[in-house]
Amino acid sequence: MANIPQKVVHQYLRHDKKFPHVWCAGCSNGIILGAIIRAIASMNLDRDNIVMVSGIGCSSRMPVYIDLDTLHTLHGRSIAYATGIKMHKPNTKVIVVTGDGDCTAIGGNHLIHAARRNIDLSVILINNNIYGMTGGQCSPTTPHDAIATTAPYGNIEPNFNVCDLAMGAGASFVARTTAFHVTEMQNYIQASLEHPGFSLIEVIAACPVIYGRLNKKGGAPQMMKEFRDNSVPLAAVDKLPKEKVEGKIIRGILRKEIRQEYTAAYADLVRRVSDNNGGEKC
Amino acid sequence: MLKPYEIRLSGSGGQGLILAGIILARAAVLDKHKVTQTQSYGPESRGGYSRADVIISDSEIYFPEATNFNCLLALTQEACDKYLYDLRDNGILIIDTTFVKNLALAADNTYDLPFTEIAQEQLGGTISTNVLSLAFLSKVTGIVSDKSLETSIVESVRPAFKDLNIKAMKLGFKLAEEYDSNRS
Amino acid sequence: MQEKKTSKTTKNPEVMQEKKISTATKSPAATEDKVAAVNPAKTESKLSELQNNLERKTIIMQGNEAVAYGALDAGVNFFAGYPITPSTEVAEILAAELPKRGGTFIQMEDEIASICAITGASLAGAKALTATSGPGFSLMQEGIGFAKITETPCVVVNVQRMGPSTGMPTSPAQGDIMQSRWGSHGDSPAIVLYPESVKESYELTIRAVNLSEKYRTCVVLLLDEVIGHMRESVRLPDMANVRVINRIKPTVPPHWYKHYDENQKYLSPLASYGDGYHFHVTGLTHDSQGFPTNKAVEAGDMMDRLRKKITYNIRDLVQIESHEMDDANIAIFAAGITARAAKAAISMAREEGFKVGLLRPLTIWPFPDDAVRKMLRNVETVIVPELNQGQLIREIRRLTKDKNDSNIVSIQRVNGQLITPNDILRKIKEVI
Repeated sequence: MANIPQKVVHQYLRHDKKFPHVWCAGCSNGIILGAIIRAIASMNLDRDNIVMVSGIGCSSRMPVYIDLDTLHTLHGRSIAYATGIKMHKPNTKVIVVTGDGDCTAIGGNHLIHAARRNIDLSVILINNNIYGMTGGQCSPTTPHDAIATTAPYGNIEPNFNVCDLAMGAGASFVARTTAFHVTEMQNYIQASLEHPGFSLIEVIAACPVIYGRLNKKGGAPQMMKEFRDNSVPLAAVDKLPKEKVEGKIIRGILRKEIRQEYTAAYADLVRRVSDNNGGEKC
Repeated sequence: MLKPYEIRLSGSGGQGLILAGIILARAAVLDKHKVTQTQSYGPESRGGYSRADVIISDSEIYFPEATNFNCLLALTQEACDKYLYDLRDNGILIIDTTFVKNLALAADNTYDLPFTEIAQEQLGGTISTNVLSLAFLSKVTGIVSDKSLETSIVESVRPAFKDLNIKAMKLGFKLAEEYDSNRS
Repeated sequence: MQEKKTSKTTKNPEVMQEKKISTATKSPAATEDKVAAVNPAKTESKLSELQNNLERKTIIMQGNEAVAYGALDAGVNFFAGYPITPSTEVAEILAAELPKRGGTFIQMEDEIASICAITGASLAGAKALTATSGPGFSLMQEGIGFAKITETPCVVVNVQRMGPSTGMPTSPAQGDIMQSRWGSHGDSPAIVLYPESVKESYELTIRAVNLSEKYRTCVVLLLDEVIGHMRESVRLPDMANVRVINRIKPTVPPHWYKHYDENQKYLSPLASYGDGYHFHVTGLTHDSQGFPTNKAVEAGDMMDRLRKKITYNIRDLVQIESHEMDDANIAIFAAGITARAAKAAISMAREEGFKVGLLRPLTIWPFPDDAVRKMLRNVETVIVPELNQGQLIREIRRLTKDKNDSNIVSIQRVNGQLITPNDILRKIKEVI
């Protein structure tokens, strides 16, 4: 799948609009956009039937570039807008692209409740450990002791494990990968689009220009190497000695279970209480 | 042609006064009158103050809150003390002597009965004090027809409580009829 | 501008200009009996009685119920909300009714999520509404601004309670008049309607939905707590007399579609997600295609468009009631429940020979400047009673050029109690 020619991506871009994009050189967002497009293309999804929703932040600029129905919303609120779209048009594939600050700080409430409802949204959370667009402030996923412009002496707060948070709230599909593992990322995105229920994919992403500089991570290539060397597939975790796993990024599908999806539950309710229309929308 | 007739039902939260107000308002609609019903209560559903106003008229009712009552029902001392001064000169005062022990001033047309005690003794509980006293009020004032009040009660209360409330209504009518004959 | 005149003898109860044009989209003859078993019956709810009869009867109805039924009759098929006194009945009724008609009810995690969900649903083609009160309305302001800049139809019902902050949840106040105009940051258009009765709550809910669809914006319906909770005998118009306006859909092929296309009245077609138009919607300042822009010309055009769709359509938007104004030398300017007190005061004052009238805005934003100017020309004194510390009176003063300020008299009360007819009558006698 990774050898699908670049042309596929071009077919899905709004080529007559708004390029060059806003992302810095070395940013992972473009890689992730590519993976999303290849997932959509290889699944042969109806392009008229996909909505991409985002909030505010670097990652949330993604909808401008992709030729679908797109919605760039308020900071933190993308999941709430997506919920409205999905509830009114349950057959639509709704992809939410969001960042760590957008989704787990200001938007944390919407994340946990959408996960609890198990509404069929595919949330792609691009975690670069920082607020990039506003210039490098501390986010809920900024590691302890890391430097941010609002944590100039090192971050004293513990950080969220985003996947644990989503699983704790009831998400039925949860996966983690990195911007280095492009094929894996594409596979997870496909799996999430196929999964009937709330899914969250945490993509560990590189922000070399802001987070990387503040924390002396080297450039983008070094950060990508770190993702490669410093991550462990879930399947290997049990086989490796403890010290080889500790502090590493665990990649894999952390949860995949089927439980009742929210729009399906609502459709059942409609069938139960409506007398003549069999659940047809009014 | 009925001129605006203002009724205030007052007491404390949990006594069912707002439901009584709705029942009275619905009965007035069945009698083809215009009606407004407003209420004021604290944030709690039990305790605190509670009142329901019903204005019944054949002309347009501009202001929906009762300000100068033709009839005041007071089920607590506090309510009686607070609202008695806004009763019209010849207005009708109905008090529940279970809780109202002192009258700050004597109204011309005062009807006093221990409604809560009567409900406890004859209806097996205080829950239908509201309908008991409302039926009494309706009979004394003649503001709505007995039949409309009955229909309204049936439409307004949960089916499981229909019989109890109809019984309370009939007792209220009876008390009013006997009260009249006692005093005349 | 639509002006209705009322006097004691000729009362025209039909306020709406939208009359007898089309019928609603759904069958009013839906059978309700079957669902009654699973529906936790609210004894007051008379919807079955309403919907089962093409000829509607006079019944007793609460203001919040009237809002819910108005929403249904206007074709609202999506409600997202969060419980808050004194608006909760709207959500409760729609929670029972919308699923029966295949519409969507969802209780969100907060009011922020509620405004976002209805905006998202509207972009997907729904007619969407939410209901709240002061604290929730404050939380919704950013989302209301988003609906306005993205020109997405939706309706927010705000049953006002006393503030600031948690205030007095079950007590009336008219303190959100300015917030409903200026609550969201930046300049934005505002259409805000203000009913005075249960029947008008029904009518103006329909009108709010219609205007939101027509003008592609977030329309606010302001209710007073007393009106939301008040019950009145009402006879709603038969469904055949209810006019429903739906948004205009584009007819051009996707590559010709402009999400913010201009025509002379600044109203333009609106595609829905799923129609194949692949359009972009953003809260960033955007060009006519909907894509973000930093160009001064395009930014200016966008702001002009938002402004002009109100200013070019003032006559369609503004509704006022002129009550006993023909010979009046004292005018009262009041909205909602306070206007009801004013009408009672006027009737008492006229019995004593005072020539007093009322000018009442049904559309509070855009403000009825022309009608107020005319009133200021024709009377000696204007009394402005309001349940706040001076919001309407600021607008009256704004329009006072040739009048001495002392002729504009306020009655203001914010203590959880209403301004009564006697309060106004006393003031009338003071100023004479």
